[in-house]
Amino acid sequence: MRNIWTIAKREFDLYFISPVAYTIGFLFLFIVGLIFIINIGSLSLNQFGFSSAPDIRIVTGPMAFLLLLTTPAITMRLVADEIRMGTMELLLTGPVRDFELIAGKWLGAFLFVLTLLAFSLVFPILMNRLVTPGIDQLHMLAAYLGVILLAAAFLGLGVGISAIFSNQIAAFFSTLVLFIVLWWLIGAPANILPSGGEIFRYLDMSSQFYDNFNSGIISLSGVVYYLSLTALGLFIGTISIEVRRWR
Amino acid sequence: MIQVSDLSKSYGARLAIDQLNFEARPGEIVGFLGPNGAGKTTTMHILTGYMPASSGTATIAGFDVMKDSLEVRKRVGYLPETVPLYTDMTVFGYLKFMADLRHLPKAEAAVEETLEKVGLLERAEGYIGNLSKGMRQRVGLAQALLHKPEVLILDEPTIGLDPAQIIEVRNVIREVGKEHTVLLSTHILSEAQQLCDRVLIINKGKIVVEDTTGNLQSTLAGGQQAQITIRGEAAQLAESLKNVSGVREIKLLAADSLQFSYESQQDPRPQVARAVLAANFDLLEMRTLSLSLEDIFLELTREDAPKEAE
Repeated sequence: MRNIWTIAKREFDLYFISPVAYTIGFLFLFIVGLIFIINIGSLSLNQFGFSSAPDIRIVTGPMAFLLLLTTPAITMRLVADEIRMGTMELLLTGPVRDFELIAGKWLGAFLFVLTLLAFSLVFPILMNRLVTPGIDQLHMLAAYLGVILLAAAFLGLGVGISAIFSNQIAAFFSTLVLFIVLWWLIGAPANILPSGGEIFRYLDMSSQFYDNFNSGIISLSGVVYYLSLTALGLFIGTISIEVRRWR
Repeated sequence: MIQVSDLSKSYGARLAIDQLNFEARPGEIVGFLGPNGAGKTTTMHILTGYMPASSGTATIAGFDVMKDSLEVRKRVGYLPETVPLYTDMTVFGYLKFMADLRHLPKAEAAVEETLEKVGLLERAEGYIGNLSKGMRQRVGLAQALLHKPEVLILDEPTIGLDPAQIIEVRNVIREVGKEHTVLLSTHILSEAQQLCDRVLIINKGKIVVEDTTGNLQSTLAGGQQAQITIRGEAAQLAESLKNVSGVREIKLLAADSLQFSYESQQDPRPQVARAVLAANFDLLEMRTLSLSLEDIFLELTREDAPKEAE
């Protein structure tokens, strides 16, 4: 367990000297902020004051989608770069279990995204001041929990895919394609199939988020779903390192 | 300390190493010599737990490298041939990271001590990306020495260093080798000669020779060799020398000189000298040749050399 933390800490520190991470962080918060301002603005344009009170969804909704676009860029480097630079040889011949390596990489990226999400709390705090009698805090908690779980799942899958490739770009696009499938495509059969479509709806990352957490519902099956995806990603990563040894 | 038996590794149809058997005892520096592609790095990869063997076993400090890989990796310090380093970290930061992975109790003190040993203390805060090749090599060596491993495995440790650094690194290895087991690969033969207690020469995945550096020179030469130069036709002389007892192999070098090998116990040189005179030639020179490790190495790996070069 200690090794997971050691590896996570190195990854986390590395994000703060990496221009890519700063760019991603800046764009992420900038776009969320922009959408926030536009929403607040358009709602307050109504001459009778707010036509309807804005809720947390104007922050967490775009954040979830932005995570889909940015997490592949955050995870693409994690393992692929170690393989390319050859430093994998050091880690694999050091006293580190394959799982610890993958989990550490994931944790480092997760902490980085949590830092971004912490900065984004500025928007709900602002909104709380603009709206009387304040925003629905339980709704906010549920929505943020959803975003955090979603980030965990995205990052888990991203790390897993990064471990398959020695090329960052290949890792990036494969991750993005997988996310697009899980976000938009996998739910489609639910609308076509006459029966048995429930399973596809369950596997749909976006409906798990928008229909449950983002609407203020903490669903246990949603928690299980996102945690399972995270575990699956870490498992894929561990397996592909093991496979790499045998090649 | 290191015990290797019947170790084989194949990449598809190609056999990289073929039934290797050797051992290394505590406090011994073993040199691993061979041309490129002979299987040195593959063997080291297996010993360090980087990749599994196809068959056979290897144990380090009593632990099987496959079954107890983690225990082995705790006890081994390894410097890979490519010296992979995180170029975006400082020397200190990198070594601290490796020390933390090894759970060293006083990580910072250990890092400083090791930096002192490899002479990098004043560059501790510099970024690895800005270091020269030789400096990086020393960072890699520091990483391998950090936890005072029982077994040190070094893949071409002095490659790319300047002469002064080579001497420094050799001194470090010699120092470490007093207490720990060191297995180092090299194709610089003089290095093996100076540094190692024992030498393994490996070619095409097989050990062709295993012996102490001293023994190797005397026994492997196939006895002794001498060269003679005469006034006259050496080819004619060769005929008559064949009858001298103790002379084993005769090789013509030029029109007037030849080389012969002989058993060192029954030194036939006086008889050879008489034979030269008896055949009515003037003897201009006779001198013994001592084979260097270089000659032995070339001799042993010669037939396969053109193939290896491709």
